[in-house]
Amino acid sequence: MSTTIWIILAGALATYLTRIGGHVVLSRFEKIHPRVDAGLRAVPAAVLTAIVAPYAAFFGVAETLTLAIVAVLALFLPALPVFALGWACILGLRYLIG
Amino acid sequence: MQFTKLEFKSGAVMAIPMVLAAAPFGALFGALAVKNGMSVFESFLTSAVIFAGASQMVGIELFGANVAPWLIVLSIFAVNFRHILYSAVTGRYMTHMTFAERYTAFFFLVDPLYAMMEEKHDSGRQISFAWMMGAGVSFWVVWQIATLIGAIFGNLIGNPEAVGIDFLLPIYFLSIVMGFRKRNNWAVIVITSGAAAIIAYHYIGTPWHVTIGALAGIFVAAIIGLPKDAKLVAE
Repeated sequence: MSTTIWIILAGALATYLTRIGGHVVLSRFEKIHPRVDAGLRAVPAAVLTAIVAPYAAFFGVAETLTLAIVAVLALFLPALPVFALGWACILGLRYLIG
Repeated sequence: MQFTKLEFKSGAVMAIPMVLAAAPFGALFGALAVKNGMSVFESFLTSAVIFAGASQMVGIELFGANVAPWLIVLSIFAVNFRHILYSAVTGRYMTHMTFAERYTAFFFLVDPLYAMMEEKHDSGRQISFAWMMGAGVSFWVVWQIATLIGAIFGNLIGNPEAVGIDFLLPIYFLSIVMGFRKRNNWAVIVITSGAAAIIAYHYIGTPWHVTIGALAGIFVAAIIGLPKDAKLVAE
C-alpha cells in the first residue's frame, strides 16, 4: 500500500481513538485535574488559531483584510454565509489590490 | 432500546439543516485533496474513514506541503482532540446501549452530532442507538457524496488562486475559531496561540508554527485555569 493510504488509515485510527478516548479514559476518573481540563478545552481554538495566524500576517494586504472582515462577520452570521462572504472578499480584494 | 425505523428517521430529519451546512465543506475538501496531490479514490477514502472535516482539511494542507507522515497523523489527532471531551460526556448518555452499539455510534461523533445529542439530552429524552445512526449516517453519506463531487470538480479547476480557492481554508478555520468565542479563556488562547504561531512561522518555519502556537495557547489556558462553574463544552 502507498504511504498516502497508510497516512489516511493512521489518521482514521487517531480520529476514532479521540471519539472513544474520553469515554474510555476520562470517565474512569472521578475528577480531572482542573489545569488539565482547562488545557484540553483550549486545544481546538489553539490549534486552529495557530494555523490561521501566518495567513493573517505574511500573505498580503488582501489576505489580511479578508481575515479581519471574516472575524467581524463571524460575530453576527452563521458559518456558511461567513464562508461565502469571505470567499467573495478574497476575490474582490485581490482584484482591487492586485 | 429496539432499533426502530421511526427513531432512525427522527435522527436523520433533525440532522438535515446541519448536514446541508456541512456539505459544501465536504466538496471543498474533495477539491483541495485532489489539488494537493491525492487521487479521487484517496480523497474519498479519507472522508469515509477519518470523517472529521477540520482535521481532514489540516491533513490535506500538510500533505500538500510534503510534511512527514507522522506529523500529519499527529496534527489530525491534535485537531480532533476535542472529540475526547465529547465522548467523555456523551458516553454517559449511552449507557443503555450495548458495547457494539456504543462503539459503532462513537465513530459518527462529529461536532454537529455532539450538539444534537446535548440538545436531545437537555430535553430529557433518551438517546437511542437508532436515533444516533439516523443522524450519523446522514452526515456520513452526504459527506462522501460531497467529497466525490468536489474531487471530480477539483480536477477541472486550473489555477486555484484565480478563483480564491487557495485561501478558503484560512477563512473556514477562522470562522470556526470565532465560533468558539464564548468559551472560557478564548481571547487569551487566541492571542497567545496567534502570536506564538506568527513568531514561530517567521523564525523556525512551517509546519512547526502549528505545534508551537497550539502548545503556547494550551499552556496559558492551563495556567489560568477555569471558573468553578465552567461547562464541559461551553456554547
